[in-house]
Formats: sequence, C-alpha cells, structure tokens
Amino acid sequence: MKRVKIRYRKNANGTSSIRLNCFCGYEKVNGKKKARRLIKTLPFHLVTEPASKDEIKLNDYYKIEATKIADEWEKSLLENDILTQQDETKIKSFKLNSKIPEGDLAQKWTNHKGKINLVSPANKRLIDVIVVGTGLAGASASATLAELGYNVKTFCFQDSPRRAHSIAAQGGINAAKNYQGDGDSTYRLFYDTIKGGDYRSREANVHRLAEVSTNIIDQCVAQGVPFARDYGGLLDNRSFGGVLVSRTFYAKGQTGQQLLLGAYSAMNRQIGRGKIQMYNRHEMMDIVIIDGKARGIITRNLVNGKIERHGAHAVVIASGGYGNVFFLSTNAMGSNVSATWKIHKKGAYFANPCFTQIHPTCIPVSGDHQSKLTLMSESLRNDGRIWVPKKLGDVKAIREGNLKPTEIREEDRDYYLERRYPAFGNLVPRDVASRAAKERCDAGFGVNKTGEAVYLDFASAITRYGKEQAHVKNLNEDDPVLVKKLGQQVVRAKYGNLFQMYEKIVDQNPYETPMMIYPAVHYTMGGVWVDYNLMTTIPGCYAIGEANFSDHGANRLGASALMQGLADGYFVLPYTIGDYLADDIRTGPIDTKLPEFEKAENSVRAQIEAFISNHGKNSVDYYHRKLGKIMWDKCGMSRNEKGLKEAIKEIQELREDFYKNVNVPGRSDEFNEQLAKAGRVADFLELGELFANDALKRTESCGGHFREESQTPEGEALRDDKNFTFVSAWECKGVPSKAKLHKEDLEYEEIEVKTRSYK
Amino acid sequence: MNLTLKIWRQPNSETKGKIETYKIDDVSPDMSFLEMMDVLNEQLMSQGIDPVAFDHDCREGICGMCSMFINGEAHGPDRLVTTCQLHMRKFKDGDTITIEPFRAKAFPVIKDLAVDRSAFDRIQQAGGFVSVNTSGNTQDANAIPIDKHDADKAFDAATCIGCGACVATCKNASAMLFVSAKVSQYALLPQGKVEAADRVLNMVNQMDEEGFGNCTNTGACEVECPKGISLENIARMNREYLFASLKG
Repeated sequence: MKRVKIRYRKNANGTSSIRLNCFCGYEKVNGKKKARRLIKTLPFHLVTEPASKDEIKLNDYYKIEATKIADEWEKSLLENDILTQQDETKIKSFKLNSKIPEGDLAQKWTNHKGKINLVSPANKRLIDVIVVGTGLAGASASATLAELGYNVKTFCFQDSPRRAHSIAAQGGINAAKNYQGDGDSTYRLFYDTIKGGDYRSREANVHRLAEVSTNIIDQCVAQGVPFARDYGGLLDNRSFGGVLVSRTFYAKGQTGQQLLLGAYSAMNRQIGRGKIQMYNRHEMMDIVIIDGKARGIITRNLVNGKIERHGAHAVVIASGGYGNVFFLSTNAMGSNVSATWKIHKKGAYFANPCFTQIHPTCIPVSGDHQSKLTLMSESLRNDGRIWVPKKLGDVKAIREGNLKPTEIREEDRDYYLERRYPAFGNLVPRDVASRAAKERCDAGFGVNKTGEAVYLDFASAITRYGKEQAHVKNLNEDDPVLVKKLGQQVVRAKYGNLFQMYEKIVDQNPYETPMMIYPAVHYTMGGVWVDYNLMTTIPGCYAIGEANFSDHGANRLGASALMQGLADGYFVLPYTIGDYLADDIRTGPIDTKLPEFEKAENSVRAQIEAFISNHGKNSVDYYHRKLGKIMWDKCGMSRNEKGLKEAIKEIQELREDFYKNVNVPGRSDEFNEQLAKAGRVADFLELGELFANDALKRTESCGGHFREESQTPEGEALRDDKNFTFVSAWECKGVPSKAKLHKEDLEYEEIEVKTRSYK
Repeated sequence: MNLTLKIWRQPNSETKGKIETYKIDDVSPDMSFLEMMDVLNEQLMSQGIDPVAFDHDCREGICGMCSMFINGEAHGPDRLVTTCQLHMRKFKDGDTITIEPFRAKAFPVIKDLAVDRSAFDRIQQAGGFVSVNTSGNTQDANAIPIDKHDADKAFDAATCIGCGACVATCKNASAMLFVSAKVSQYALLPQGKVEAADRVLNMVNQMDEEGFGNCTNTGACEVECPKGISLENIARMNREYLFASLKG
C-alpha cells in the first residue's frame, strides 16, 4: 500500500472517524493547480482516547480492518489504471517554483518582506520550530526565532552548540560597508559573488545576501564580537580572493569562532529564558512527514542511545555541508550529510551535488594515518606568494633534502599564479588557484616527498613590512636583520595563530622557510534545493547555510560562507518562515503518537539493529577511506566521463559490501561512536553516487566543477551556457541511480553572463 | 615508535572505571595524538575489544571538544595546543603514556575519556551575552570607536575555546579562568559594559552552583590553557565582581 493513506480525524463526541485518502496527481481548476484526491470514509470509528483494555483492543482491530480495506482499494484503483494515468500528469505538471518575487532586482527583498504573511506575537507562542545544527546558520536562526516568540527546539551532535564547525572558519566575513572607500557597494558584492560562482547561482538570492551583509556587521558588533580594529578604533578590513576591494572583516585568524560565539551567546540568552530547548549530543535520524508537511524529527541521544520523537510545525535543517564524503577534508570529523540526506530521501530535492570547493591552501597530506586536513586561511594569500621551482633538478634536490627552498634564487622560481593571472595574481578565486597548483604538481614540480605540495612564501611580505616599520620608527631601512625582525612582528600580529598551527603540525618554522600547501576539499556549494523563502520541496521543511545550494553557484568566494550562514539565520529565514507558519496558528501541538512518527521511529530502530547485529569484518572507517579515495581520484579537482562512470560502479559495489561486511562494535543503548559513524557513512555512500552522476551529466566545466572534456586550449575551464545555465535538482526515487533530474533555469536579468577572467 | 598506553576505561557514569594497559606499535612521529588513538581503536576492534571513547571533532585546535589528560597534563606535554594538535614527535620510542579524562566534580565521565561539560554552557546561559536582539536594527558598526588595546584584549579573552583544561588542571577544579575570560571580553567592550555588573554576579553564581572549586591563584590554568588565556582576566573578574557586589 503506497498511494492510499489512512487518516484519523477527531470528532467532538470522543470518537475518531477513519478516512482513506488517495492522492491522484494535480489538476487545473480555474487556472490554479490543485491536488486531486479520492476520499473514502469508513463506516466504523475509533475511540479517541481509549480508557479500557477492551477499547484498545477494539481500536487495534478496526485499524487492521482499515489497512485491509485500504490495500484492496489501492489494488482496484491500480487495476483500473486510475493511479498510473494520474502519475504521469503529476510528473508533467510539477515544476520547480523558485518563488522569486516580481519587480526590480534591488527592490525584490524589500517588496517581498512587505507582502508576506506574518504571525502575530500571540500566535507565535503556539508554534514550535525545530532547528537541526548550531553552526552560524542554525544558532543565529534559533536565537532570532526565539526572540520573535516561537518555541524553538535546537539539536546538535556535539557536546555543546559552540563546537559546530563554523568555529573553524578563519579568514573573515564579507560585507559591502565600503568603510575603506575603495568603491565597494551592494551591487559590487552581488556582482563579485555571481561572477565568482561562475554564473550558476540565483540572482535574486545573491542580491538579497549582499543587501543584508551590512546588517550582519552592525549586529555582530552590538553583540560584542571583537573584530580587528585600527588605531583610530574603527573596524579594519582585508582583501580576499576574486575581488578588487577590501571588504572582509576579521578577528585575527579566528573570525568563524568569534561569530559563532556571538550567535551562541544570543542563543544562550534565549535558552536562559526558556524559549529555546537545547538538545546537545543528539543526532537527527529522520524527518517525519504528515499530510505532506514536515511535522517533526526522530533523534538519537548519543549518550544513552535513546530514540526520541519531536514534533513541530516546521523543521529547519542547518547541518552544513558534505565535504566529508571525501574522507579527507577540512571538515570536522563529525560533519555529515545525514540530516540533508534524510530529508532528500523523504522528498527534498538535492541540488548541484557535484559543486564542491577544493581550497588551495591546506597543509599537505603527511601519510596513510591522516584523519583530516587542516586549512591555512585564504587571507594568507594577501601576503604570501605561491611558487614552485622552475627547474626539475631543484625539485629533485629539495625532495631528497639536499636543497632548501630559501637557497633557490629568485630567477629560478616560478610564481605561477602571478605569471598566469597578472591582474589578480595570488588572489585568484579558489578553484582557479587549486587547479593551477594541481597543474604544476602533475607536471612534476611538487615540492614534498609525495610530490603534492607548493610553496607559500612570506619572505617578500616580511621585508616589505619590515621596511615600512623601520621607516615609521625612523630606524635603518637597509639593515636586513632589523628589517626581518620588524617584518616578522607585523606578520605575527596578522597571522600569528595560523603560523603557530602550521609549525605544530609540520614541525617547520614558517617565518624562516616557506610554508608548503596543497588543495583540499573544503566546502560544498551544492545542497538541498530551496526556493526564495529557503523552503525545500517538502512544505514546512527549510534548509539554511551551507546545507542549501542557493548563493554560491559553482564556486564560493572567500569569506562568503560566514556571510551566508548569518544572513540566512538572522535576517532571512525568521521572516520567510512566517509566510508558511501563518497557516498553522490553529493546528495546535503536533502529536508524536501519530502513526507517521511510529513508522519513522521503527525504520530508524531497524537500521540501528541491523548495524549492531551485522558483525562483519571491516571497520566503518575502512569503508569511509575507500569511498574517499574513489571520490578524490575520480570526482576531485578534475573529472572525466570514464572516471565518473567507474566511480559510480565502484561506489555501488562498495555500498553493497558495506552492508554485508561492516563491523559495528558495542550496543545501541550506549555511547557508541562507531554506530553513529556507521549511519553517517551509509548516507555518504549514497550521496557519493548521486554526486558522481551529477558530475557526469554536467558535461561543461564551471567553477569548482572541471570536466577535462571541456577546456580552452590554455587549459582554463570552458563553460557551456547554452546547455547548462540551470540548477540540477535531483528527486530521490529510492536508490541514487534512479534519481530523477529536474532543472531550474537560471535567468540573469541584471548581469550580463560573461566568461570569467582573472587575467 | 612502539608505545605502552595506560588508558582510563569506564563504561558509563554509574560504573567504576579503571586503568587498562595496551601496547601499540609502529606509531609515526608525524601522527597527531588522536590519529594514534584512531590506530589503537582499529587495533582494539580487530581484537574484539570495545574501542576507547573520546571526544573530538574539528581536529585543528579550535572547537574545544578534545579533552585528554595525558601524563598528568591537560592536552599533554606540549604548550599552547589542544590534544588534537599534539603530535607524536613529542614522545620517544618505548614511552609509557597515561591517558585520563578531564576530571572534576562538575565534569562527570560519560564513557572512558569523554566527559560532560554542559556546566560551561549553563554558566554562559546565566549571563554570557549582550542583551541585544538580532533584528539588525542596531546602530552602525563604526558608530562607537573602540580603543585598539581594549579591542585586542577583548579578543584575546574571547579566544577561549571552552575545552575545560583549566578546570582539569586546577587542584581545586576551579572554572575561574573560563568564566573570567567571558566576563573580561564583555567588560572591555562598550557594548558589554551596560550590563557588566549583572553579568558577573549571575555567571559567578552559576559557576558556584555547578560545583566548581575556588581559585587559589596557583596559575596552573594559565600554563595549561591551549589558547594562552591570561591570569589577568581573573584579576579583572575579581575587580568586576567586587564592584558589582558593592554596587549591590
């Protein structure tokens, strides 16, 4: 029984009538799309609140009867082809509706805010909202929703909301404040973001992001976020890749931490007031959908393994990206795709899964034992120059330890980014910088043992700053020792914690010798498809921050992730969600005893028990590593048809082997990290396939997605705007290989689509 | 490197724990301490032994989740690092390493090396914020210039990652360094000054309720703090507290 649903409706006299409800696709009534349903009311009813054993027995008997009748009815409908005919009309008539408001681009958000439905303060108290994840997006959304008056339940898998991985963002946050007077504006930030995203993001969403960016800085300063300041006491800025202005606000190399602690403090204020119920160490296991609307989630308490049901009128997913599908990435160990994948499996379309950002400046892999990669902030490219030796002989000598990088003469160094992209130099966008590093290393110029590293050199910045300081302090500018010392002080003040981190990991002093860096998986631009209101294709289910797809197109610019997370959470979602919740003011609390909750809980329990009783021979990490290797080799920095087809096949085989042979030790009712990890890897094994399939279908190169078949004679990415100016939104049809592609065409009204050039 | 590990094993908060000894071979000096623990856990699982539970997440020294007491020191022998940034090159072949959880009455053990630090969250909930709504209708960010020295000091205090090393290290299991860092950050900024008095009273009150000990100025917390939070913050908090109490 799939198409016929059993519904119970409470009557005033203490009974509940039983109705069978069959969805038969859509039809047009007076030009409007309406769902067509066949409804049958059964001739018996249940006792709503059974008091005696007999009443419970009778209820159970009637429920079984109802199931039988429903089964038979569905069979007869199918036999008469009523449902199959309707199926087709449903597919034809369903079109992704991005709900972009009418009007001028610059006015869309203002107009939209003025027109959407609101929920009155008295009614907000009657409405519950669930937020999954406490990074910048989740924490800020929780705080704001609670301030507005909603009852919020927030979940995170870490031991405290403050530990979400937004905390690791280093460089900064963009905002079109134009404090530096260098010609910045909302329009320029909007334009840079669209161009940086290689014309694959939605214009209206990006413009809104640029509009609210300035509010974020005001808000954070009011919260006590200690941004860097100059001696006049005003906020300082720096520059990031892919732009020609200084619009990035920062707090040393710990901007993400400071912003997250700001959002966390706003949350704490609401937790203290009882408006947010916080659930630490809880993992979302599934979403519950009732009558086609998101009405709650099933969670697992990671400390004692308890499976719990939580009902709400809307569910907000803010669980971040899925970079860990590569096993090695700069994501935290616990970062996972499970929350977004579960909603995908229940009806949310997944958009552009193949758009992944490979960050150019990470610490290279040191050996097989490696568990994660560490990012060195992009801000380092403000002052660091990237190079490899010009001569292969020098490369060999360096690898053998017979030559130090500092001994290579200036004319024997290849500053390849400055050579290839003179206008932007070392500050080209991330995808371009990453591919350029790979190109040099593939050509044999990699400077460490594995051949996968390039230099990031601060020597000239140290000299430049040193001379400046000597001049300011009226000291001898020609004394190299003094200049170096002064220069190092400046660099330490700017990047101290990053240099310290590098030294601890690599055991080399980056003040004296150039850093070694190599690209690594860092961020995923793809994610759950959402409309302008940030709602997914499941009514009442929203996705914000990195978990959604909307703002960064095929490549994200530096310092924009923090901006998007906070924009969604503080300034967008809390208002757009009201438009949906306005219809829910009379719904009353969601009953978690409903059969939909029961069913979702049972399937969660079944999966957990299956893992525990599997007793296979390989650990969860064994599979995760294997998946990561397939992804990195075949769906990494450059992709081709043959590799992607192989990847799909290999992932399918690996997934099959995983369910047969995975070993999850321990019990389900205790703190069991392996069990939690097994569920996450199971989802990665499905996502990986969809990822490869998406990359296969998109035969153009754009942003972080580089198809070897589509490049210019100089080796630059070649977009195919005629055929690919759309968002790929995948609908789940059971297994990843059967996922159905829907296309949202991207229309650029304001911006002329051009070839991206940083030369 | 070949090592002997003595690790605290405790199945849950109700059961008594004890030290177990494990041998581990072929440890690379380039491994991080937690990667060594990963290898150990793979080894234990292949022998049918329950892997050692420990908290960890970002593995780049910023989330504050990892929490091990290694050879009698919070986060191990290296300075200004968390356990995840500690590398095996700090140890020698043949070493015996003792690994325990962060211990304090206010940090009950969940399992093995994982402890419950939600007391820290509750202290923050008692007052670790500026009471401003997130409407975005605040004044321009540059409306109030802030002395660079104050801004820098506030930032230094704000870098606390809430790992709890200060508590684990302190012979009194005092949380003064943690609480004072937050109090100082806000007290140094004009945005936080408005409610500074209420904040310090509420946070200190909650700290006492959670069962943390008192401060006797031994300074061990400052030494072991992976972020180098200064003792100056405790002095500042004491001043703030005294001032707030007198203001009454």
